[in-house]
Amino acid sequence: MLQFPIYLDHNATTPCDPRVVEAMIPYFTNNFGNAASRNHSFGWQAEEAVDYAREQVAKLIGADPKEIIFTSGATEGDNLAIKGVYEMYASKGNHIITCNIEHKAVLDTCRHLEKEGAEVTYLNVKPNGLIDLAELEAAIKPTTILIAIMYANNEIGTVMPMREISAIARKHGVLVFTDGVQAVGKIPVDVNKDGIDLMAFTAHKMYGPKGVGALYVRRKNPRVKVTAQIDGGGHERGMRSGTLNVPGIVGFGKACEICMNEMESDTARIVKLRDKLEQSLLKVEESYLNGDKEYRLPHVSNISFKYVEGEGLMMGFNKNIALSSGSACTSASLEPSYVLKALGLGDDLAHSSLRFGLGRYTTEEQIDYTIEQVTNTVNKLRDMSPLWEMFKEGIDLDTIEWAHH
Amino acid sequence: MAYSEKVIDHYQHPKNVGTLDKSKNSVGTGLVGAPECGDVMRLQIEVDDATGIIKDAKFKTFGCGSAIASSSLATEWLKGKTVDEAVKIDNMTIVEELNLPPVKIHCSVLAEDAVKAAINDYRKKNGLEELQFEEKGVH
Repeated sequence: MLQFPIYLDHNATTPCDPRVVEAMIPYFTNNFGNAASRNHSFGWQAEEAVDYAREQVAKLIGADPKEIIFTSGATEGDNLAIKGVYEMYASKGNHIITCNIEHKAVLDTCRHLEKEGAEVTYLNVKPNGLIDLAELEAAIKPTTILIAIMYANNEIGTVMPMREISAIARKHGVLVFTDGVQAVGKIPVDVNKDGIDLMAFTAHKMYGPKGVGALYVRRKNPRVKVTAQIDGGGHERGMRSGTLNVPGIVGFGKACEICMNEMESDTARIVKLRDKLEQSLLKVEESYLNGDKEYRLPHVSNISFKYVEGEGLMMGFNKNIALSSGSACTSASLEPSYVLKALGLGDDLAHSSLRFGLGRYTTEEQIDYTIEQVTNTVNKLRDMSPLWEMFKEGIDLDTIEWAHH
Repeated sequence: MAYSEKVIDHYQHPKNVGTLDKSKNSVGTGLVGAPECGDVMRLQIEVDDATGIIKDAKFKTFGCGSAIASSSLATEWLKGKTVDEAVKIDNMTIVEELNLPPVKIHCSVLAEDAVKAAINDYRKKNGLEELQFEEKGVH
């Protein structure tokens, strides 16, 4: 039996796996201790639980448990990594390289640092959403201290060539930070094989709880340090003060363990459903896949349906299907997604996009229903779209003088 | 953001979707907005030459639910009005009728603009002077 609403927005957040919740519950009530309490069993128990979770988290990304700094989530991790490196390595230089489809937590942090004297290069991406490696290397200067490139993009799911990026960085003695939020738990990520020095990720994108994440900080070859952004009791090797969110961390650890064990089978199943959805929707006339078909996450598909507007499109089925659009008609700015625009998409196509994010609990029945609903709504809206009518009459929309407002 | 019931109703059952023969002198066409802005409205009126009454109105809209609803509502209001009465359609009446939130007010402005553009197109075709309108400037 198909139950509504269907959730297809797993890049925004994921539900907690019931096994995760089960692992967390004792740490709210009986085992409520502060992991920093050294003098009694409540504290020891909490510390033990945190240590175990730290191992689970580290294992998923091929790190040493000592290299995991628990945070409140990836936004904090992004801030701590970039600001922390900028401050810690100030004597080496002030130049940071990033790209223009990063998450706002990275872009706005860089903008903030620019006001404080940093020089930031924002690399453009190619039409497939990947950066140009030659451009990256050419951007490196003697003052470059950090390359901050996301592992996978949240809107289009493209996966950056991390190994090639880190090889270039190594060659020039520059640190590599990556926002791993969308990739960790979904595809194999190994900080050593991938040559990553710092990586932020979060539990709620991988079937764990909200409000807890981690920053991976390399300890060997090279030993990396970041200046703390929150001062206090000196928790997390002095890099992140604040009482640890023990239940959250326990849940995060469990979520990582499940992802580690089930990634292969989950991916095999999800990618089939994603491909079915995508192939069916790309059969709709004038529909286009955004991003790279090959280098991307297995559970994401971003498709533009030309001549219909994304928000209007979603309204046709959002009572029953939850997903995201690259259109931003709800925001006062009316600006469509900056990620899609960075790919060189015209505003019309960017306004016409939908992001489908599948997950662990997505079923084939849900996908079949989604294909039917989206196709029907696109057809219905095109019947009332003046642009579609013009297109069908062979009028080139670019020749029309629109009243821009 | 939740839509009002009236917006949802117009979206699900839009009134007067379609195309009138724009080559006819009795038909005025207004095309406003731009694909880059995420909404384009085309609104058409057909005027009875003898009475000056709008006997038919049609629209096609590329845009969000509020834009579709605003144009659908405008066509309903246009039918049966004289051209002079139609000029007075104000976007704020559309906002009130559809309970549009502030971020969607531009949809109603666009509908008002489309009505005025259609009327002016009709006037021009029939040798009348185009009316001058004040900019609403809410876009």
